[in-house]
Amino acid sequence: MNVIEIKGLTKIYNTSEVIVKAVNGIDINFEKGEFTAIVGPSGSGKTTFLNMLGGLDKPTSGKVIIGGVDVWKLSSRQLIDFRMNNIGFVFQSYNLIPVLTAGENVEFIMHLQGKPKKERKQRTKDLLEAVGIGNRINARPSKLSGGQQQRVAVARALASKPEFILADEPTANLDSTATNSLLELMSKMNKKYNTTFIFATHDQRVIDKAHRIVTIEDGKILSDECFERD
Amino acid sequence: MKIFTIAWRNLWRKPWRTVISSGSIFFGVLLSTFMTSMQYGSYESMINNVVKFYSGYMQIFTEDYHENKTINNTFIFNGSIKQIIEDEPKVTNYTPRLEYFSLASSENLTKGSIIIGIDPIRENMVTGLKKWVEKGRYLSKDDDAVLIATDLAKYLNVGVGDTIVLYGQGYHGVLAAGIYPVKGILNFPSPELNKQFIYMPLNSCQQLFSAPNRLSSLVLMLHDNYQLPSALSHLKSKIKPPFMIRSWEELQPGLVQMIEGDKAGGLFMKSILYLIITFGILGTILMMVSERKRELGVMIAIGMQRYLLSRILFIETFFIGLLGAAAGIIVSIPITYYYYLNPVPLEGDAAKTMIDMGIEPYMYFSIQPDIYYVQAVVVFIITLFIAVYPVIKAYTLSLTSALRS
Repeated sequence: MNVIEIKGLTKIYNTSEVIVKAVNGIDINFEKGEFTAIVGPSGSGKTTFLNMLGGLDKPTSGKVIIGGVDVWKLSSRQLIDFRMNNIGFVFQSYNLIPVLTAGENVEFIMHLQGKPKKERKQRTKDLLEAVGIGNRINARPSKLSGGQQQRVAVARALASKPEFILADEPTANLDSTATNSLLELMSKMNKKYNTTFIFATHDQRVIDKAHRIVTIEDGKILSDECFERD
Repeated sequence: MKIFTIAWRNLWRKPWRTVISSGSIFFGVLLSTFMTSMQYGSYESMINNVVKFYSGYMQIFTEDYHENKTINNTFIFNGSIKQIIEDEPKVTNYTPRLEYFSLASSENLTKGSIIIGIDPIRENMVTGLKKWVEKGRYLSKDDDAVLIATDLAKYLNVGVGDTIVLYGQGYHGVLAAGIYPVKGILNFPSPELNKQFIYMPLNSCQQLFSAPNRLSSLVLMLHDNYQLPSALSHLKSKIKPPFMIRSWEELQPGLVQMIEGDKAGGLFMKSILYLIITFGILGTILMMVSERKRELGVMIAIGMQRYLLSRILFIETFFIGLLGAAAGIIVSIPITYYYYLNPVPLEGDAAKTMIDMGIEPYMYFSIQPDIYYVQAVVVFIITLFIAVYPVIKAYTLSLTSALRS
């Protein structure tokens, strides 16, 4: 079953000197529970593709249909609500809210969703325990290591029970131990919650874990391969 | 997680920045409150001097007397006017006067003078006339004597116990003439008054001008100037022609203009002060928003509506204003109250100038509530103005550029 359908997705940047086609008419579908890596060299259009897929950057043309909803036909307000309820984000620089504790960062999105306090508290506790930092629930991001912050970011991305999680270079700032640990965690979350994970990466360790590898170059899909992994 | 919590914690991410921003508002409010208190204190002192020295807060006279201050336009003080005055609860006291011009002579010297017939007890309660008696004694109701201002007494070369002749025109053109002993010498703080004023009991004055029971004006007192608008409007609605009532503001337009001019100057100074503060805080807010661009982008990306984000930013700006304004007002209250109780005595030329103007040589302070709450309102308006920037930013923030920043 397709969770995401992408049709003719294009992004053109018009600068004063040149016209750059960052994403050039991509057609692709993603299914429920996929663990996919979007790979390609720097400047290939991975992040732009991911941003358009996540409703962060408006395409020049083409469609992003998630669960039957044409994302870019939504109003600005509807789009924010749609992201909140359907898409989880994990950023390269963690991007936790610095004035909130680990627990509050995870709880924040559920607060925005209007979930009852009891449910929020329980899910926050469960998620932080699931990502292995239940004991740091009251720590501010500045008191956490990079790996711990990225775990909180994963817990935050899962908090709203999204259809899929978009992760842009999630391991770029992590050492190899933290990277392996994070990948194990994401793989576990993928299996446990059957959440679709889509990574933009050129980290070989991430690529090695992916079940599907989509290679982009010059804004076009160069290859799309599936693998059987444990 | 309330947005208040996030806004409050954001303020203390960089405590020194918040302290400095709020501190600039604090000092602005403190300085502005102090300046305004001093300004209003000096106005109150001036008004007090004018009102308690001679004019009262309000005066009742006839419309004809207002146009032409002749003794023929005086009135008989009847029961209806008395009842209206006594029914007005804000009027604390009143005194009748019969005022006209006459020549004052002693031996070979003569000078034009202003003769004021007064009820000695009431006049002293309203204007404290007795305190200006330099030599001799104050008048009593049944005296047939005069109090003469010091420069006039010197000119006529008379002292206590000497006599002067008053000579002029009385009611409806009859001859007004009388000889009166000098009971006391008055020394006013105003050179103009010292040159021409003669006070005598009302009965004697009415006899002198052949105007029995007639008055030129009734001088009304209030507890303070803040009661003037309502008392005046109430009395104006009750006093019908041929009578009329006028406030000290209408009787002393020069003083009102002087106060208004000074207020405009003060307002200009305060505007500059607040303008500097505004740009100071605006700089802080610009920096605060700019360095958190990515964080704001992330909040929108994960699902925070822009209006909620703008609310957080607005509350942060508001808190900075609130902290500074509240601290400024709280600190300024005891300071201005201290100076209200202990006016600053002036010395040297400044003191001499004030004495010559008939004003006590003190720098007075006011503690009227509007001095304080107006500052709060001003800071609130400044905050609203500044908060427009982060609110606009929250609504126009480009997600992709914010996340890349």
